[in-house]
Amino acid sequence: MRIPILYNARSVLQRPVSTAFTALGIGLVVAVFIAMLALANGFRVALTRTGSDNNVLVLRRGADSELSSGLGRDAASILASSPHVATGPDGRALASPEVYVLIPLTRLGDDTTALANVVVRGISQSAWDVRNNVRVLEGRRPESGRSEICVGRKIAPRFAHTGVGETLRFAGRDWTVVCHFSAGGSAFESEIWGENEQFMPVFRGEVFQSVSFRLADPAAFEEAKRSLEADKRLTVDVHRESSFYVEQSQLLGRILEILAFFITSIMAVGAVFGAVNTMYAAVQSRSPEIAVLLTLGFHPRSVLASFLVESALIAAVGGVIGGLLALQINGVVTSTTNWASFSEIAFSFMVTPGLLVAGMIFAVVMGLIGGFFPAWRAARLPVVQALR
Amino acid sequence: MALVEIRDVHKTFQRDTQRIEVFTDLTLDIAEGSFTALMGPSGSGKSTLLNLVAGLDKPTSGTVRVAGAEVSAMTAGQLAPWRARHIGFVFQQLNLLPVLTAYQNVELPLLLTRLSRKERDERIRIALGVVGLEDRLDHFPRQLSGGQEQRVAIARAIVADPTLVLLDEPTGQLDARSSQDVLGLLGRLNDEFRKTIIMVTHDARAADQAKTVLHLEKGVLVERQAIAGGATS
Amino acid sequence: MKFLRLVLANLGRHKLRTLLTTASVALALFLFATLRTVVTTLESAAQFGSARRLVTTNATGIVFVLPLAYANKLRAVPGVEAVTWANWFGGRYGDGKRFFAQVAVDPESYLAMYPEISLPEDQKQAFLRERSSAIVGRRLLDVFGWRLGQDVTIQGTIFSGDWTFTIRGVYTPTDPVINDDMLLFRHDYLEERIGRPGIAGWYVLRIDKPDNAAVVAKTIDDQFRNSSSPSKTGTEQAFNASFATMWGNVSLLMGTIGMAVVFAILLVSANAMMMNARERTGEVAVLKTIGFSDRRLFGLVMLEAGVMTITGAVIGLGGAKLLYKATNFNAAGFLPGFDVTTRTLMIGAGVALLLMLGSGLVPAVRAARLPVVQALRRVE
Repeated sequence: MRIPILYNARSVLQRPVSTAFTALGIGLVVAVFIAMLALANGFRVALTRTGSDNNVLVLRRGADSELSSGLGRDAASILASSPHVATGPDGRALASPEVYVLIPLTRLGDDTTALANVVVRGISQSAWDVRNNVRVLEGRRPESGRSEICVGRKIAPRFAHTGVGETLRFAGRDWTVVCHFSAGGSAFESEIWGENEQFMPVFRGEVFQSVSFRLADPAAFEEAKRSLEADKRLTVDVHRESSFYVEQSQLLGRILEILAFFITSIMAVGAVFGAVNTMYAAVQSRSPEIAVLLTLGFHPRSVLASFLVESALIAAVGGVIGGLLALQINGVVTSTTNWASFSEIAFSFMVTPGLLVAGMIFAVVMGLIGGFFPAWRAARLPVVQALR
Repeated sequence: MALVEIRDVHKTFQRDTQRIEVFTDLTLDIAEGSFTALMGPSGSGKSTLLNLVAGLDKPTSGTVRVAGAEVSAMTAGQLAPWRARHIGFVFQQLNLLPVLTAYQNVELPLLLTRLSRKERDERIRIALGVVGLEDRLDHFPRQLSGGQEQRVAIARAIVADPTLVLLDEPTGQLDARSSQDVLGLLGRLNDEFRKTIIMVTHDARAADQAKTVLHLEKGVLVERQAIAGGATS
Repeated sequence: MKFLRLVLANLGRHKLRTLLTTASVALALFLFATLRTVVTTLESAAQFGSARRLVTTNATGIVFVLPLAYANKLRAVPGVEAVTWANWFGGRYGDGKRFFAQVAVDPESYLAMYPEISLPEDQKQAFLRERSSAIVGRRLLDVFGWRLGQDVTIQGTIFSGDWTFTIRGVYTPTDPVINDDMLLFRHDYLEERIGRPGIAGWYVLRIDKPDNAAVVAKTIDDQFRNSSSPSKTGTEQAFNASFATMWGNVSLLMGTIGMAVVFAILLVSANAMMMNARERTGEVAVLKTIGFSDRRLFGLVMLEAGVMTITGAVIGLGGAKLLYKATNFNAAGFLPGFDVTTRTLMIGAGVALLLMLGSGLVPAVRAARLPVVQALRRVE
């Protein structure tokens, strides 16, 4: 015989404040849980979207980031003429040798000692085709031979002098902002792009940092990797673009996730304690009713189940509250330094349906754990004593 | 001057939309050293009268004086310390705090005084001795019988040497034997220690123990009996 | 306090509830202290640095180098007493999971510039003598199990290839400005292997008087302003401070989470207090009858809330302080000097008081306001 859930629902409503507090406490834990994982998620996703499976990133052998890499002009031409590189509709190789540097800029609103190292990428014209998720939002692409730059969507609102038509000064030169671009929410949106030939003399001399190209045959990555790395004229490491950026997200992503689990576990213990208190009090005050139920013939197992369900219900309400709270932060843009590449990256909190479900499960688990011992006590109530 | 002087007291209660008049023009004196039983059917206002004397409630009009002080005119802030000094109260049940031992329960009124720990200890032992429970100091209420609990409650009521001891149905929950013990104790308190006692009760046997019996019916003092040996006004 | 016993007896009525609530408060304050300490550690790292040391980097950006030729020019600037330089090596050791700084330095001048790097004289001499030697911070011995005299191999990332150094010295920092987990090797060894003309990642200068910092910095930067490697000079503190800000708005994140934590626990303790109060209206009435004033009952209930929250606070805050100190925690190198400050403890105490008020206020007011007669009628 199953104890009707209506009994639990009504009883829960009998002590509204206590129930509300417990649910809210669990809700807050769930909210923090989801929010922090949304932060880690947003960061990872921004980086994952950055690379394409069909593209290849070539760096100097041993370099762990574009920053520490260096490829000469000859290496760049050898790579561009490789048969593994796809050709565009105009017959030119879809390969972009790129300059990658960081420049210090002050975030709007921070004081002047607070610096962000923003990625400045010197691209070739083919970069716009190699990376096919990039679009110009406002303005036009920078022209060859001019001191013109295009600013990523996430940089523009957060740094001064980055509006279209404005002039940004760095590396001792003035650069005119001619466009803003979007890149599918990827890390590229935190970059400033300009022509590689323009940047080379200003920055690192006659050296590129990387070459990115589209695979002629997307399935032939391994082949391309083997062949290029074995080429005696080059000393390079060949990475699939997507894997490379995912790798770059590991360090910070992991830190954020560890932080999330650490913080929410501690909070969860507190919330579970709260649930335990509430359920024990509930069992205590309802002892006569429980005794009646047992006398009527309901199996102690049913009583146990009944209280567990009650606890889970309260927690589930908390889970919903937590999810709703966390959703408020969805899409909020924040920024930090990706220590793997030492560069500023802006990304948004990303609350996914998966996270919401995880939060809900988390809540219910907290409720079940908290409710277990009180439910056990209810099931083993000595009837005679309770009826007195 | 009587110890307790009740003059022209009206008391009305508002319960939902109904207006209940408990007393109309009640005038009554209670002498010092007396042992008075207040009897009457339920709803006659016995407990209310007790509450008025203890300052727990205020009359709608009229005055209540205890030991010369106009209790009915005191503020809540004045009444608390006054009560601590002058009143010892015993209820029908749930007198004692279950988390405290007999000793600690009896100590409660003394915590409101400036007595030192040693002085408190002396008085507590004396009080528990008077009620015959000096060997149950460290017992919790759940370890005591109903009668013993009431006796501890009485000890607590007298430990601070109050002017008045008020009891509301003290034997209501007790069996014959325990009632007898409690009533005998009250008698001794009045005879030997000259404690002024007002006791609300249903129990005719309890009334027998008192020296004066007052009957209240519908808020009106109906009868006044003096039992041989008691003082009357 | 004679009333404390009454309060404790009341809390003892439901030992489990009191225990769980106190534990929750302790956990919350432990977490609170930890979160705040992340912020204070980053902030204090921004304070490290000597007032007499300046750092000169390439104005274009921190990733760009300066010519080694600047060394003499810097020495010639009035107010500059000593000059040294270093290069960030940034290699990978093992699986790369444990980050630590590897820096190529000019041994003699660098150690002279940083007396905070303390190591035995014989080890220092070995470092000055041997070209491929290195000195490491004390903590690295614990982390990696290294020993003096051992060879370690690092994979270069900026400077490619495998680089092997012999550990000839173990240093202990005498000031938090120096991390205890760096690997310092010799600049001439770097130059020899990369075969390029002399480059310096950054310069460190010691000036004669802290007051001269701004003037000296301006002189230097003016001098190199129009060259191909313009300089940016600032105090060591400013240099360190700029790293801390790279994390982004950490204090906002930690602060928000901290508030959520405190609020969640407030709910737990308020709930417990409410449950306590609900079961005791009769007793409150009895106490009032005995003569306990409304004000006193208010105080007793507050005290009850206070015992739980203050005890929890002591355990939580104290636990955090002791734990991080005893384990010498530094978040795998990211947060050196992780220590709960006195200010954090004070704020934590404030939070505990807030919890006491928040959870005790309503039951305390209710108890004070309880109309005795009505309550008694329920008792009877």
